[in-house]
Amino acid sequence: MSNIFSSSVGKKFLMSFAGLFLVVFLVVHLSINLLVLKESPEAFNKAAHFMSTNPVIRIMEIVLFGGFLIHMIYGVIVSIQNMIARPINYKKTNNSQTSYFSKYMFHTAVVITIFLVLHLLDFYIRAKYIGGVEDVYYEGIKHHDLAALVIARFHIQWVVIVYVIALLILGFHLHHGFQSAFQTLGLNHPVYTPVIKAAGLIYTILITLGFICIPILIYFFK
Amino acid sequence: MDFTLRIWRQENEQSKGRFEIYKITNVSADSSFLEMLDLLNQQLVDKFEMPICFDHDCREGICGACGLYINGRPHGPDDAITTCQLHMRKFKDGDTIVIEPWRARPFPIIKDLVVDRTALDKIIEAGGYISVNTGGVPDANEIPISKKNADIAMDAASCIGCGACVAACKNASAMLFVSAKISQFAMLPQGRIEAKERVKRMIDKMDELGFGNCTNTGACEAECPKEISLTHIARLNREYFAAKIS
Ligand code: HEM
Ligand code: SF4
Ligand code: FES
Repeated sequence: MSNIFSSSVGKKFLMSFAGLFLVVFLVVHLSINLLVLKESPEAFNKAAHFMSTNPVIRIMEIVLFGGFLIHMIYGVIVSIQNMIARPINYKKTNNSQTSYFSKYMFHTAVVITIFLVLHLLDFYIRAKYIGGVEDVYYEGIKHHDLAALVIARFHIQWVVIVYVIALLILGFHLHHGFQSAFQTLGLNHPVYTPVIKAAGLIYTILITLGFICIPILIYFFK
Repeated sequence: MDFTLRIWRQENEQSKGRFEIYKITNVSADSSFLEMLDLLNQQLVDKFEMPICFDHDCREGICGACGLYINGRPHGPDDAITTCQLHMRKFKDGDTIVIEPWRARPFPIIKDLVVDRTALDKIIEAGGYISVNTGGVPDANEIPISKKNADIAMDAASCIGCGACVAACKNASAMLFVSAKISQFAMLPQGRIEAKERVKRMIDKMDELGFGNCTNTGACEAECPKEISLTHIARLNREYFAAKIS
């Protein structure tokens, strides 16, 4: 008998679990990022320093990579199986009433994956391995001046444009993904499901606008 | 009313199919979609051409045999009906209507618009039953069941196994069908006894037959002639996890 890693329902369970973990991660990520908009770079640099030195966060980072991997690997498997399940497509297709973004989860996922790689190269890999980031000292402790790096990157027009587009597409992914994960986990209820859907929409709008406002505000005002 | 029909023709499972274009005139607005096809077939037979094969049986919307993919929607442009309950007044005079068979790997084409839906029966054979001798008719209310649960089970049991959910789903997933068949037992005490085994076996069979994975797009619910709800899929998921954990 198949197990939770191979059955259709099991695969979706792992995906939605990992997806919800990523949903929480985005909240943490955004709250730290918003600090970069403050007048002084100190708060952001200190937060980034804390995130890269605290042992608990170091472990969480590995869990986060694992979460991304599980979500992505199963996302690809599920999507390929779904394409195989209909070898000949309809001539006239997709006139059924469905939520629009649910049809494009794989497409948005591909964009997010490309963006993720670029984004990691741009900040994470640069700060950690490539170098070229200035040092600053707060209370005598050495910090990377990541705020300066972020601000420099977001003064380049095409970088800002790429970020805004990619984040909008992340928003499309979240719009379907958030409520879909609850349904996948079996949480469907006449009263709570509309609440979950509304919460998903609010979450999606706040997260998307929150992330998008950072490059835009920096480009125009910093 | 006059129509241009683009209909999928295919000799058998192996042969390569193609669309053929047919013109049909003087169709009554009150004729059903299948009657319109009967008319066309009569004209084809009169010309000594092969009539178009399509499935149908009751023509009352209860058996689930009929099933055509019409202008991009299973059972055509109306909600909560089967193809046999669709009427030509739902179209505009002069419309071009594209008619295709259900498309899914587990539904091989037998001929033209007729597909083999045995895969759905195989899922039922894997566990969609209660294996006890039922004996005579039991006394009413011998086993108390709440009205709420009885209604949910009854709603689920209204699935006629037409396969429109599979046809509508972009992933060719059979989850709505399977969830209806799971729910009709899961909500009743008689069904609880074998519930864990049943859900595991039916899901395994569904996967083995090559149906896709559900991504909650909801196209199935939108097209189901019996308005089976997505809540049954959530119940199926719960039943499956509960069965796997214990
Ligand atoms: C921070 C980034 C991401 C978040 C928060 C996120 C979240 C989610 C959630 C909650 C779901 C619904 C899961 C379910 O119903 O089972 C989902 C679906 C999906 N995700 Fe992501 N995801 C992210 C990134 C990615 C990436 C990088 C990929 C790359 C492969 C991906 C691929 C998919 C696919 C293919 C689906 C469709 C499955 C479905 O519709 O159920 N996601 N995502
Ligand atoms: S769930 Fe609805 S669409 Fe699917 S087989 Fe049953 S009646 Fe047909
Ligand atoms: S022919 Fe029986 S439901 Fe349409």
